[in-house]
Amino acid sequence: MITTRATTRGAAAAVLGSAIALAAGTASAQQPAQSVKLGVVSFLTGPAAGPFGIPARNAAEILIEGLNTGKVPAPYNKVGFGGAKIESKIVDEAGSTAQQVTEYRNLVQRDGVDAIVGYISSGNCLAVTPVAEELKTITVLFDCGTPRIFEEAPRKYVFRATPHATMDSVGAARYIVEKKKNITAYSGINQNYAWGQDSWRDFVLAMKTLAPKATVDKELFPKLFAGEYGAEVSALLTSKSQVIHTSFWNGDLESFIFQSSARGLPQRIPIIMTAGETAVARLGPKMPDGTIIGARGSHGAFFSPDNELNRWFRQAYVDRFGVQPTYPSYHMAQSILGLKAAWEKAAAAKNDARPSVDEVIAAFEGLEFQAPSTTIKMALGKGHQGIGDISYGTYKYNKQKGQPEIVDVVRYPAECVNPPADMTSTAWLEGGMKGAKCK
Amino acid sequence: MLTAFAIVTDGLVYAAYLFVVAIGLTLIFGVMKILNVAHGSFYAFGAYGAATAVGIYFDRGLPDAGGFLFMILVAMAIGLVIGLVLERGILRLAYGRDEVVIVLITYAVFLILEDMLILIWGTGSLAAYQPLVAAGNVEVGALILSGYDIGLVIFAGLLALGGSYALNYTRPGRLLTVVIFDRETAAAFGINVTLVYTATFALGAILGALGGAVMAPKIAVTLGIGVEVIVLAFAVVAIGGMGSMEGALVGALIVGLCRAAAVHLVPQIELFVIYGVMALVLIFRPHGLFSRAEPRKI
Repeated sequence: MITTRATTRGAAAAVLGSAIALAAGTASAQQPAQSVKLGVVSFLTGPAAGPFGIPARNAAEILIEGLNTGKVPAPYNKVGFGGAKIESKIVDEAGSTAQQVTEYRNLVQRDGVDAIVGYISSGNCLAVTPVAEELKTITVLFDCGTPRIFEEAPRKYVFRATPHATMDSVGAARYIVEKKKNITAYSGINQNYAWGQDSWRDFVLAMKTLAPKATVDKELFPKLFAGEYGAEVSALLTSKSQVIHTSFWNGDLESFIFQSSARGLPQRIPIIMTAGETAVARLGPKMPDGTIIGARGSHGAFFSPDNELNRWFRQAYVDRFGVQPTYPSYHMAQSILGLKAAWEKAAAAKNDARPSVDEVIAAFEGLEFQAPSTTIKMALGKGHQGIGDISYGTYKYNKQKGQPEIVDVVRYPAECVNPPADMTSTAWLEGGMKGAKCK
Repeated sequence: MLTAFAIVTDGLVYAAYLFVVAIGLTLIFGVMKILNVAHGSFYAFGAYGAATAVGIYFDRGLPDAGGFLFMILVAMAIGLVIGLVLERGILRLAYGRDEVVIVLITYAVFLILEDMLILIWGTGSLAAYQPLVAAGNVEVGALILSGYDIGLVIFAGLLALGGSYALNYTRPGRLLTVVIFDRETAAAFGINVTLVYTATFALGAILGALGGAVMAPKIAVTLGIGVEVIVLAFAVVAIGGMGSMEGALVGALIVGLCRAAAVHLVPQIELFVIYGVMALVLIFRPHGLFSRAEPRKI
């Protein structure tokens, strides 16, 4: 009996144990995969918020929502990141670089994010990059343009799916030379900080190769957020330039357009705006006809291709916010999608288990993935810096339809406007852009 | 010759902008000894109010001239309300405290008002270019001058003349001058200093908002415009002498002409020139060009 009782008890215990184990196993199987915490950093206040930070934040919002509900078209139709829903924390990029470093640490150390996608300002990108390396956190810089991030030192944890500023300047120079074959002089007005200085330097170097006889007439560097450009407009009006280059963005771009248009500058000398696309829809007929527009890629309503992913993205954006997404929105979208592609590639290699940080990094390096507007190849910076196509076109307001148009659009392949993998931008430009593949 | 002409015209336009922005700041400091960081917010509220007014007015296809007046009146009304509310609701409670404490209070007010801008107008920028276009332009040789800029210079000139006349030849102006010189003596002579303070702060806020209003057609009215303006206004007021209206005018002219000359002749130093001039003036005149002798109290 004892034996029997003991056997019975043992059997009961075994059954109970099995039941508990089974229940635990079932519970474990039914439990949703642990979410992925994603920090998103963009300007929510300040002068860069309206034209850049908010459209980027909006894109993050609809994309994360789309990914979490599995509504994004293939190949991104798996829920969240590899089945794990994305839990986002959005942080304002406004404030000093020191503040951004503190906020970055807060995201990693206090909020425990798995990865961060963010930063518009080149200054902020440069500031958080060493901190990302120190805290060993995957960080995808989404909009800043400075080539220095991956050219000054190799990075392990930092990526940038968006091509850097050299592409914008080389694309601008190629377009100018194509449209104005006999150009003899040009001028530039750029903001006096890293972005403006780098953009102008790259543009001048590219022009030296493409139009060696053309000379620089006026080089103007008003301070960031200057607001008043009367003297600059006068200097440009009295110049002998056949084109004016500007990498102005945010409110500065719009203020310059208002003030220069009121004094007839764009009617006298066409202006090429490398970041002009963000202002086109907002200004409509106020944007001067003949202005050459860039979108830091092939993004937005005028340049992006017609494919399923882009249609979904644009429609979701328009449905939610009532306006077309501009290039900062595309930069944010391709950065999140790049991270997702890397995450899922790493997960696929271990039977869809959650990948480690090192595994995601290994998958992201050199990755080629489809973004709404172009194919991004993580070709530079030892596989950490993306390259993509870029388009330029000429603005024209269609009075009959009452809407803006971009005509004479030229799309340059990524390898035509980006340096090769083993060379810095400056070295490539100074060496005459050898190896560029434009056909 | 053309360059010299451009330097003068551009310098005058920039000086007009600086003077309109700085006059309210220097007035408040002169009378109340308050370094008002919130002045940038008055400018921003004026600009946003004017941009909204322009949008409403021009959308209705009304005559251009009325649009100028409407945007100015709206901005002045906004300045008046904000000025009165802040002075009566907050600053009044801080009078007599250390000047640094009051500066910090105005900084806190500035931050609150920046957030209020977002609450009211959102994060997008506004465009109010219609008056700029309506004013047309004038061709002078190779230069094309904006009619709006010419109007801005005339407006600033009238403001300077009007301000000078009001201070020196009207009763309220003379009362104000007495308070500027010595608040305690003025009170002892029966001047209602509290009322003068309230009126001054409200007037300073109106002038700040007016600065924003007249600049709104030229700029993208966007978040953060008040920050840039306050830095420039401080530089102008420091050069001219804190609290001096003549100083603000001369300071604005010096900065405007030097900056225009730099842009045309040595554009590399454009950023440096404003603060270089300020540093140079303060080395020789630490209290600014038009600072008055301070009576020593025993």
